[in-house]
Amino acid sequence: MNALRNYLDKIKPNFEEGGKLHAFQSLFDGLETFAFVPRTTSRVGSVNIHDAIDSKRIMSFVVIALMPALFFGMYNVGYQNALAAGQLEQATFWGMFFYGFLAVLPKIIVSYVVGLGIEFTIAQWKHEEIQEGFLVSGILIPMIVPVTTPLWMLAIAVAFSVILAKEIYGGTGMNIFNPALVTRAFLFFSYPSVMTGDSTVWINQQSILGLGFTAPEAYTAATPLGQAATEGFSGFDCATIHDAVMGFIPGSVGETSIIAIALGALLLLWTGVASWKTMLSVFVGGALTGLLMQATGLTAIEWWHHLVLGGFAFGAVFMATDPVTSARTEGGKYIYGLLIGFIAVMVRVLNPGYPEGMMLAILLMNLFAPLIDYCFVEANISKRAKRAINK
Amino acid sequence: MRKGLDVNLKGKPAEEIAQVKCPGEYALVPDDFTGVKPKVVVKEGDQVLVGDALFVDKLHPEVKFTSPVSGTVSLVERGDRRKLLSIRVKCDGQQKAREFDVNQEVLPLLLESGLFGYFRSRPYDVVANPEDKPKAIFVSAFNSMPLSQDFELVLKGQEQEFQTGLSALAKVAKVHLGVSAKQTVKALLEAKDCEVTIFDGPAPAGNVGVQINHVSPINKGEVVWTLGAEEVIFVGRLMITGKVDLTRTIALAGSEVRSPKYYKVLVGQKLTTLLDGQIENNAHVRIIDGNVMTGLKTTAEGFLGAHKTEVNVIPEGDDNAELLGWIMPRLNEFSTSRSYCSWLFGKKKEYTLDARIKGGERRMIMSGEYDRVFPMDIYAGYLVKAIITGDIDRQEALGIYEVAPEDFAIAEFVDSSKLELQRIVREGLDILRKENA
Repeated sequence: MNALRNYLDKIKPNFEEGGKLHAFQSLFDGLETFAFVPRTTSRVGSVNIHDAIDSKRIMSFVVIALMPALFFGMYNVGYQNALAAGQLEQATFWGMFFYGFLAVLPKIIVSYVVGLGIEFTIAQWKHEEIQEGFLVSGILIPMIVPVTTPLWMLAIAVAFSVILAKEIYGGTGMNIFNPALVTRAFLFFSYPSVMTGDSTVWINQQSILGLGFTAPEAYTAATPLGQAATEGFSGFDCATIHDAVMGFIPGSVGETSIIAIALGALLLLWTGVASWKTMLSVFVGGALTGLLMQATGLTAIEWWHHLVLGGFAFGAVFMATDPVTSARTEGGKYIYGLLIGFIAVMVRVLNPGYPEGMMLAILLMNLFAPLIDYCFVEANISKRAKRAINK
Repeated sequence: MRKGLDVNLKGKPAEEIAQVKCPGEYALVPDDFTGVKPKVVVKEGDQVLVGDALFVDKLHPEVKFTSPVSGTVSLVERGDRRKLLSIRVKCDGQQKAREFDVNQEVLPLLLESGLFGYFRSRPYDVVANPEDKPKAIFVSAFNSMPLSQDFELVLKGQEQEFQTGLSALAKVAKVHLGVSAKQTVKALLEAKDCEVTIFDGPAPAGNVGVQINHVSPINKGEVVWTLGAEEVIFVGRLMITGKVDLTRTIALAGSEVRSPKYYKVLVGQKLTTLLDGQIENNAHVRIIDGNVMTGLKTTAEGFLGAHKTEVNVIPEGDDNAELLGWIMPRLNEFSTSRSYCSWLFGKKKEYTLDARIKGGERRMIMSGEYDRVFPMDIYAGYLVKAIITGDIDRQEALGIYEVAPEDFAIAEFVDSSKLELQRIVREGLDILRKENA
């Protein structure tokens, strides 16, 4: 490894100010800090020692936490394909997994290439270090879209959200909306036919490189949530809920398996990367609202079905807890989470057109998070002001 | 108090006090006295006694800064734009001291003897202004930072001086003494002429700013003064003998020190006198004038800062090539994050940390990181943002008058965005002070 270190040290001057490869400095710096812990030591006048945590480590752990859901999602893509083709008996586990892998991989590549390409360019333009934020967004995006989303749409949506939802605000840490969700919202409103509903979007029905099956005729399968919205409670039974917990239902790539999401949630909570306050209150908010809706007879869906169907759990664990776009005050996190749960279930039950509400609930609360924080910070400020007057 | 963090570092000082010989040269560094515009009142070649003024504050000439030793002024060191860097005095080894009349009022005596220069005031964490009427004087009798001085050890044999000092301060304003729950010495727990408050909790509980926030938070327009516990002993010695004696018992500690222990030294001591034979030859180390958390990087040729109660030595670490840090287990690294393994080893394990930042500077990404280790009723993250954006009204509203840079030291340590919080806060306070002047 010393050879690599020495090599990097040797070529480094080329990338510095005045070097012939200066235009790629951010890229070099990104790769160098990826390979080695930076050697920069603290300056005079600041703390001399530092905690080993940094944003690379944090983002890496979020990506690791997403892996169970991603791998299960790949398997489920294959499973749904076999199911659609009616060939479930012939399909093997690895066959289905690799089919899903091949279906999802191009999306991951497109998402990273487009997103990181823009990020690298902007970092170089602004003479900044490359920020790690898109490492997480880039893997989240393929996981929250239907598997049949065309790659060119994905590319446009990623470019849109990286530029207009993130970089114009100043990059990672400054954005108001979660970039991955903005990508999804962009696709949802621009190309509704490929993003929703009762059509064929949720299941890949073509075989890829000889793997998987081509469905004999156009096979339509709505998500259980979609079914519930259109047909009411009769649309699904206990088996569906069992499948939903396991993850064998149609849906966006990563959102289906509650068990895989729970594994990721455990890692995020244990390492403290995600706030348990936010996560818990999203579930509490959703459950309470579900109960209320059920009690008032607005819906026949059991309250806890809301928590296991659709993108609720995925959103609660991986999207609502994004530290940048969620509430930053500790008290604010409870309110922020409760309202996300509340709005998500509200939209699901009361909106006749579209069965899912999680994406819009989180985006809406992203917008209101600063307001929630404002109330908590103002309370602290007025307490201080009162103390001064009372003296 | 529950918020905060104790970092267990290798190289704690043994309870053993060593003497050092008169090293020849001492220096008083005006930058140690934050906020003072120094005006030199001696020339090179002048003879000075212990307690003779070397420089005064241009705006308040009655605030004097006096020599710790007797001897000859050997150098008035100036830097760019004639900025005064230090005044050096060659010690004659006799420690002839000026006699002060102890029967006068306390404040003029402190000013005349140069001890007033050690008082700091909040807001701004600068040298106190003698025209202010402080609502109280706060003294913290313990230091909670890693590798710091144990004041109980220092106090041994100086209990009378300490009490005399406290009684003298009580004539100026009400005195609050902050004591740690771990301290058992009677001289602290039963100190007279002051209000004793016991604090229990991890660092930075020993920071006087944290104690003020819990006992009697500062409101706009109010001023409190703070004084180091050892500096109270300075005052006591002056009251008893009529002479200035700036002897400190400092801790030389850190993983790179051969035998970490305490030394009896004077303010302004040259560090070579301590470090000789204590550091491996050619070792690539960082010598810190002060604490690892709050101190300044210096060299063996540097001098002990006026307020410093320890000298720490740690590895510099910039020759370290650590591979793929974002995913490796890195068992020897300390972190409050459970993405590392330090939670597995408990609190007993001692760490050797070097001076690397261990990451790139980012915007504030994670939320609540500072609040976890910031035991004051202040939204630390919001305050830092207000300082960065230069929004003075908001800084005031969020409580900037109550904080000092050192209060942000632990937050800076744990910050995953690697922002230089102490520097940001210091610059914010300086700007605010200028605006309000």
